[in-house]
Amino acid sequence: MTDLAISKRTAAPRIGEDTPRPDGVPKVAGTFAFSSDLHHDRMLWGGTLRSPHPSARIRSVDISAAVAVTGVHAVLTHEDVPGSLVYGLEHRDQPVLAPDVVRYEGEPVAIVAADSPEAVRMAVDAIAVDYEPLDPLVDPDLAERADPIHPDGNLVRRINLIHGDQDVRGEVQVEGTYEVGMQDQAFLGPESGMAVPAEDGGIDLYVATQWLHSDRDQVADCLGLDPALVRLTLSGVGGAFGAREDLSLHVHLCMLALHTRRPVKMVYSREESFHGHVHRHPARMWFRHHADRDGSIVRVESRLVLDGGAYASSSGAVIANAACFAAGPYRVPSAHIDGAVVRTNNPPCGAMRGFGAVQTCFAHEAQMDRLADALGMDPVELRLHNALAPGDELLTGQTITGTAPVAEVIRTCADHPSGASMAVDPMELPGGAGRTADPEHVVRGEAFAVGFKNILFSEGFDDFSEASCHLADGVATITSACAEVGQGFVTLAQQITREVLGVDDVVLLPASTVGIGSAGSTSASRQTWMSGGAIQEACGQVRVQLLERLAVKHGVDADDLVVADGRVVSMAGGLEIDLVEATAEPIEASVVFRHAPTLPLDENGQGDAHVSFAFSAHRAIVDVDVELGLVKVVELTTSQDVGRVLNPLQTVGQLEGGAAQGVGLAVMEEVLVQGGRIRNASFTDYLVPTALDMPPVEIAALIEEAEPGAPFGAKGIGEPPSISSTAAVAAAIRNATGLDLPRVPVRPTDIVFPEGAA
Amino acid sequence: MLNGRQHVGVSVTIATSLEDACAALTAEPGSLVLAGGTDLMVEVNRGSRRIGNVVALNRIPELAGWHLIGDELRLGAGVTFAEICDPEIAALVPALAQAARTVGSPQIRNAATIGGNIATASPAGDSIPVLAALDAVLELRSAEASREVPVTEFITGVKATCLMPGELIEAVRVPVLDGPQEFCKVGPRNAMVISVASLALLVDRSARRIRVGLGSVAPTPLRATQAEDHVSGHLDWDNGVPPRLEVVREFAELVASSASPIDDHRGSAAYRRHAVRILAQRSLTRVLNRVSPS
Ligand SMILES: Cc1cc2nc3c(=O)[nH]c(=O)nc-3n(C[C@H](O)[C@H](O)[C@H](O)COP(=O)(O)OP(=O)(O)OC[C@H]3O[C@@H](n4cnc5c(N)ncnc54)[C@H](O)[C@@H]3O)c2cc1C
Repeated sequence: MTDLAISKRTAAPRIGEDTPRPDGVPKVAGTFAFSSDLHHDRMLWGGTLRSPHPSARIRSVDISAAVAVTGVHAVLTHEDVPGSLVYGLEHRDQPVLAPDVVRYEGEPVAIVAADSPEAVRMAVDAIAVDYEPLDPLVDPDLAERADPIHPDGNLVRRINLIHGDQDVRGEVQVEGTYEVGMQDQAFLGPESGMAVPAEDGGIDLYVATQWLHSDRDQVADCLGLDPALVRLTLSGVGGAFGAREDLSLHVHLCMLALHTRRPVKMVYSREESFHGHVHRHPARMWFRHHADRDGSIVRVESRLVLDGGAYASSSGAVIANAACFAAGPYRVPSAHIDGAVVRTNNPPCGAMRGFGAVQTCFAHEAQMDRLADALGMDPVELRLHNALAPGDELLTGQTITGTAPVAEVIRTCADHPSGASMAVDPMELPGGAGRTADPEHVVRGEAFAVGFKNILFSEGFDDFSEASCHLADGVATITSACAEVGQGFVTLAQQITREVLGVDDVVLLPASTVGIGSAGSTSASRQTWMSGGAIQEACGQVRVQLLERLAVKHGVDADDLVVADGRVVSMAGGLEIDLVEATAEPIEASVVFRHAPTLPLDENGQGDAHVSFAFSAHRAIVDVDVELGLVKVVELTTSQDVGRVLNPLQTVGQLEGGAAQGVGLAVMEEVLVQGGRIRNASFTDYLVPTALDMPPVEIAALIEEAEPGAPFGAKGIGEPPSISSTAAVAAAIRNATGLDLPRVPVRPTDIVFPEGAA
Repeated sequence: MLNGRQHVGVSVTIATSLEDACAALTAEPGSLVLAGGTDLMVEVNRGSRRIGNVVALNRIPELAGWHLIGDELRLGAGVTFAEICDPEIAALVPALAQAARTVGSPQIRNAATIGGNIATASPAGDSIPVLAALDAVLELRSAEASREVPVTEFITGVKATCLMPGELIEAVRVPVLDGPQEFCKVGPRNAMVISVASLALLVDRSARRIRVGLGSVAPTPLRATQAEDHVSGHLDWDNGVPPRLEVVREFAELVASSASPIDDHRGSAAYRRHAVRILAQRSLTRVLNRVSPS
């Protein structure tokens, strides 16, 4: 009747089509319910007493005055932790509540539940802790030699990566020492959640997080409960970027709720939030690059020290990334990378977008520019000359079997026309609204950077995602515990389902630990592939069942049937069944999706440890007021290897947002830590880019080469934009000023007093 | 001691006249005065101020609005920075409007008042250097009395003023000068940033004087009087012939040496001093480009 091929579809968007986020308008309009908006009529408020010292022994904790505050229902300490006293993502080394020592400023010591936030505050103030302050260990370079500040020692992990012939030397060598400051994820929605005690002795926890099942297992351990009794449901997440991969208030909320038998809600203040989650690791990095006269890199040597802060968090995986990707997306036949992440009394560091690759990208790209300079070669040419390609070996000895369009990424970005003219309005010049510069005070710089990292979990980790699809009455219902943290899984889950099943109506159930297994973490740019893959497979199985059922019923060949646009049609003609009718009897499938297995790194940091890689390039143009040391990033152009664009709208969003975080790290974002204490735990002083700091992001090209094994060939796209952007901006400032600028963020004084006068 | 400690409820008086407000302050002398709340609520949220009784000023008509009285501009204490950005005010006191534009974000400027900025008495308050350069006079008012105090005397230290209990800032009076004006502010972000150093430079043609106010480089409002004397004496007021480059440099040097900045996490003393030197040079050059014979 109707020609399927030319029927115009007005239906909901599928793969490759712009799909607006369902939470987009509500978030902008202020009607979206974040985890901090949770409410229960009988709820109590929770609060946390934190250590004012980066390092101290606790002589005693006296809660009697706090208990006596009117409206207080519970004051709990480490003595009240029912199960495991410690938790952690990779190593359970972090106390739920500090028992006898505190190892960082802001470490939780006691928790309170009361009728009102004000009563909580008064009770927290009334807890008397007798501390014996100790000299904090704050210099990561001294950590390995210092007395252990934790029973597990001060070295969290060392990767001593040895690759290729160690006797190779290059005719041209360049050396440099680089430093990256501590960046914060600076999400807008502070840690918050609510725990509700259940009749069965268990607990329901509503919380903004990145990995529900990992949280559940750690919480259950600490509560001494069967994991089945601990049920987590994802609440409205106000950004994550890695900062919600570790537990924060989870166990505390549950302890208070179980103790008081009342729902308990907690919301961190902004200041508390800076103490309440991990940050990006500050890094000190030394590099020596060896190359032949023709520009071929022959060897890279590097020493990396990452400051992990007081507890391990995901430091072990971060240093592995930093080391594995230390030389950048280039062919490097010989390397020695000595990477260590150490424990100090500084704030704990862990996951943040880019995960170890951001730090080393800043260094290896500065080295590439130095090398180009030493060789008298064009910096883009040098990068193209050494660019990795499929079939090449990584520093780990692993051969790239998937896509690696590095040269295309570089070329398209470098060749993209630039449109930035010089502004005249002081508002558009460095200094912005402060009106400090006129055009004659400004010099322009331009530079280029390339970066990459692994996507999905590495090093032999059993990485999987579970999903189910239930198709009934023409409506597909998808269950997955994938945490939507702003990355856009909600649209992808629906687009994929529509694409595979030909339905319009897709219901994505709330993410929780009930009725479905783990989706893994929303990190490592992995959910599009992993949970997207799980949904694709579950829907695929449902489709097969459906067609088989109809084939039997109508006596046709299942291979002759297709589903599209809400109908099942036989290609031979004659059969057309409405999906609503065809699925009156429900069909269901559940799958556990795994990516190809990886192997651990051996003692030389060698092995097929990674699944897939994503590459990006940025070209930055900056204006610098050299006399005042102020910078305006005027243009940012990028190309990225994406595998396949699933939602163009969201792809642009990720590339813009990631680049904004990269610009932030390049020119302003730093958690200032002095003597173990954070000096700028607020958005008054922890500065993130405003509209006057962030230029429009020009997307030169999205390179679509389908990645084998990935759903629709799509790679994750979340992290690369944060990797090469920082390096490009910093290099552009170098280009403008002629200064070395070996550290980000580049501060005004780094430009004004390059010799370190102040 | 803490047994039975209870938190107190908050009582808010929404005053609709100056008289009401003063009466409420006399009745409850410990009350907090609330204007736009953009400083006060930050302190409350941080826990460094506890809210008891509050007297809200934003419905008081006498505090809103501005008037030109002769060659003086009178701004009610409740005038917001968004209002000060208005072209009409900008034409009268350009530097004040420029300073207002550097305050926070649009949301903040819509709420933040000039009275609140002055009463907060932060060395980084952006209106302060302009008001200092203008020799602004504050009209203070309490239930019993009213008095006038120059802004430079009103602010007595970092976040300290001579405001008495029960007293309010009613208005600010500034002269409308003949000559171009400049306000510049340095911070490590291109907008919405706390000043690390700022400078207001005003030309007063009729008095043949350059006036300079500095921000964020001293605990109290600072005039660079030596620098003002020096440059004012070296300008060719009759013919507008630009001064020698040295004069500009000496002026900038004197401005820098009048500063007494501190090191903190926002900037070093050396950088702040350096920055006001550069701002002095640039803003003088800017106004000289515009002050030439008309
Ligand atoms: C995000 C953000 C950005 C900011 N950026 C800037 C900036 O760039 N530059 C800058 O200078 N400031 C900035 N501020 C600080 C603040 O906005 C200004 O100082 C503002 O002018 C305060 O005015 P307000 O009306 O909000 O005062 P409120 O917060 O209501 O009051 C501040 C203080 O003044 C007292 N007060 C208010 N009105 C009177 C009165 N009429 N008489 C006596 N006492 C009174 C109050 O009791 C209180 O102690 C920023 C604040 C925020 C939150």
